[in-house]
Amino acid sequence: MARKDRLSGNEAVAEALRQINPDVMAAFPITPSTEIPQYFSKLVANGQVDSEFIPVESEHSAMSAVIGSQSAGARSVTATSSAGLALMWEELYLAASNRLPCVLTLVNRALSGPININCDHSDSMGARDAGWIQIYAENNQEVYDNLVMAYRIGEHKDVMLPVMICQDGFITSHAVENIELLEDKKVKDFVGEYEPENYLLNPECSMAVGPYSVSNYYFEAKRAQAEALKNAKQVTLDVAKEFAQISGREYGLFEEYKMDDAELAVVIIGSAAGTTKDAVDELRAQGKKVGLIKIRLFRPFPASEIAEALKGVKAVALMDRTESYNDNCGPIGAEVTTALYRAKSDCLSVNYVYGLGGRDVRVKDMIGIFNELEKIAESGEVTDPYRYMGVRE
Amino acid sequence: MKSDIKKLGQDCKWQELTEGMQIYGEMTSLEFNTGEWTSVKPEIKEELCVHCLLCVPVCPDSVIPVVDGKRGEFDYDHCKGCGICVKACHTGAITMKGVK
Amino acid sequence: MKNCVEIRWHGRGGQGAKTAALLLADVAFKTGMYVQGFPEYGPERMGAPITAYNRISPHEIRVHSNIYEPDFVVVVDESLLDAIDVTEGLNPDGAILINTTKTKEEIEKCLNGYTGKVYTIDARKVSVACLGKYFPNTPMLAGIVKVSEVMDWDSFLSEMEASFKHKFSSKPEVIEGNMNALKMAYSEVK
Repeated sequence: MARKDRLSGNEAVAEALRQINPDVMAAFPITPSTEIPQYFSKLVANGQVDSEFIPVESEHSAMSAVIGSQSAGARSVTATSSAGLALMWEELYLAASNRLPCVLTLVNRALSGPININCDHSDSMGARDAGWIQIYAENNQEVYDNLVMAYRIGEHKDVMLPVMICQDGFITSHAVENIELLEDKKVKDFVGEYEPENYLLNPECSMAVGPYSVSNYYFEAKRAQAEALKNAKQVTLDVAKEFAQISGREYGLFEEYKMDDAELAVVIIGSAAGTTKDAVDELRAQGKKVGLIKIRLFRPFPASEIAEALKGVKAVALMDRTESYNDNCGPIGAEVTTALYRAKSDCLSVNYVYGLGGRDVRVKDMIGIFNELEKIAESGEVTDPYRYMGVRE
Repeated sequence: MKSDIKKLGQDCKWQELTEGMQIYGEMTSLEFNTGEWTSVKPEIKEELCVHCLLCVPVCPDSVIPVVDGKRGEFDYDHCKGCGICVKACHTGAITMKGVK
Repeated sequence: MKNCVEIRWHGRGGQGAKTAALLLADVAFKTGMYVQGFPEYGPERMGAPITAYNRISPHEIRVHSNIYEPDFVVVVDESLLDAIDVTEGLNPDGAILINTTKTKEEIEKCLNGYTGKVYTIDARKVSVACLGKYFPNTPMLAGIVKVSEVMDWDSFLSEMEASFKHKFSSKPEVIEGNMNALKMAYSEVK
């Protein structure tokens, strides 16, 4: 029987990791993800998992140790936030290009400066092109579920790529909410054993990981890596289907909320999606045809699928919880606008930067966005396509 | 996407590469004759060699084999002609053009 | 949607306001409710004003913002009344519970004209009498459960007892004191 519980997002991550029982965790503490290695090292000390916990001296070392242990054949995991992810930058690319299906549980936090410990997506969005699979969560339940699915996606033979499981710092990581946990055995059977075809500690077949690739090979190597990331889309759907059988909870590449007849829509990632759902319900009660698309899989990006889901929508707001410093668009703005253009859509789009450094997102803020969309749809014009929500001006 | 590294060559397509460019097999560098990178090579005057083996550990390409406690013939297929062995030899048994 | 009860806690770092909010979420969860319990985080340390929040609802809670228009406010430290506007946004049909030795009439003057119900409790008196030390969060927790009626008092007591038995399994002697603190707090809310 599934267990009904109440856990914070970080507790949910620790609980999923206890059930997965990875071989190695290497991590360095940083707010707001510190609790994850803290809880996990306690599980190790109590003998509740038989994982090796490596307390390293920096995030650079954490990711390096994870790359080493994953190459050796051990299922590995790390956790970090913000500047910690930034310090892992070099290794993020190595883990992906060496095709190591390790997992990073990221608790999203703003990158300095000014220094700030609260939520935005500037850390993971900065790493979006490092070759990792990125999956985002709205709430604690989704963090838990995504983590249970992570290794199955990354370790699939058509993929073999690292997976970043993202949740919003403090907003979900430190908030206690209701959650439904699966039985240990169900999780263990679902995740299975990690049995790589090749690994460094295999005495039957020696191997070298991460050799130098001259220009004559490098491009082909990157092309092959891109294909693996592309494959992750279908694998994510397949794994979600199987997960639904053990959990009753269904996941796609993104969630469509009241999109069937929607004329105005918001595309968003993370905890603010839940807040937006309340805004959608409030406006629906007034008879307004509004809807929401919550992106779950950001890398690889489900472009054609989102364009399809936006068919019939007159105006869409693309919500980025990061500033891209390009005076043009944020990551979601860029991805979705490209998707719409390629689909020859005549849907008008406006890109908002919101929620930086923990700036709160309220239901009334999102109602304000839908009101703006209504004006755009009526006038047929987007005068200022790159805007800010919730900044004092 | 895993592949036999022996099939790899300058013309291979991306589909034929090994996953993550990993190399499966040991001592694969033996198949790469780096010795052709140089036109000058060290030579040994057997009569002067006292088999002290000081030249062996300093060779960056491990081309001086040791057989039964004695130094063997240079592996010229992999010697890049750096001349370090000439410097290490204290009896003057190893010589190479351009190295004193 | 408004049968979701929203509670805002004001305390000072170290007094256990966050812990009390999490405990309230815990005990409400055990009575079958959907809950949220979360603190507002910043660089605060011991003694600094902190805020924590609860949402308690019979339905799934999706909103992830802070609480601006709470139904109830709990003030764990009276000195905060000078520092911050604790009644900001507070629902006039709701109530505020303040830890103070002052009378309701005296304290009402410090509440910026709040027109809703005002309750007071001397949490120090309760805590020192039952626990021998000043832990304001246990009496305040009992107080807000009484004032807000978010759950049935008897189920609150039995869930708290189970929770204390689990938490203090290594020192069962403190369970009775904590239970007494809850019960005394109930009658001390004025």
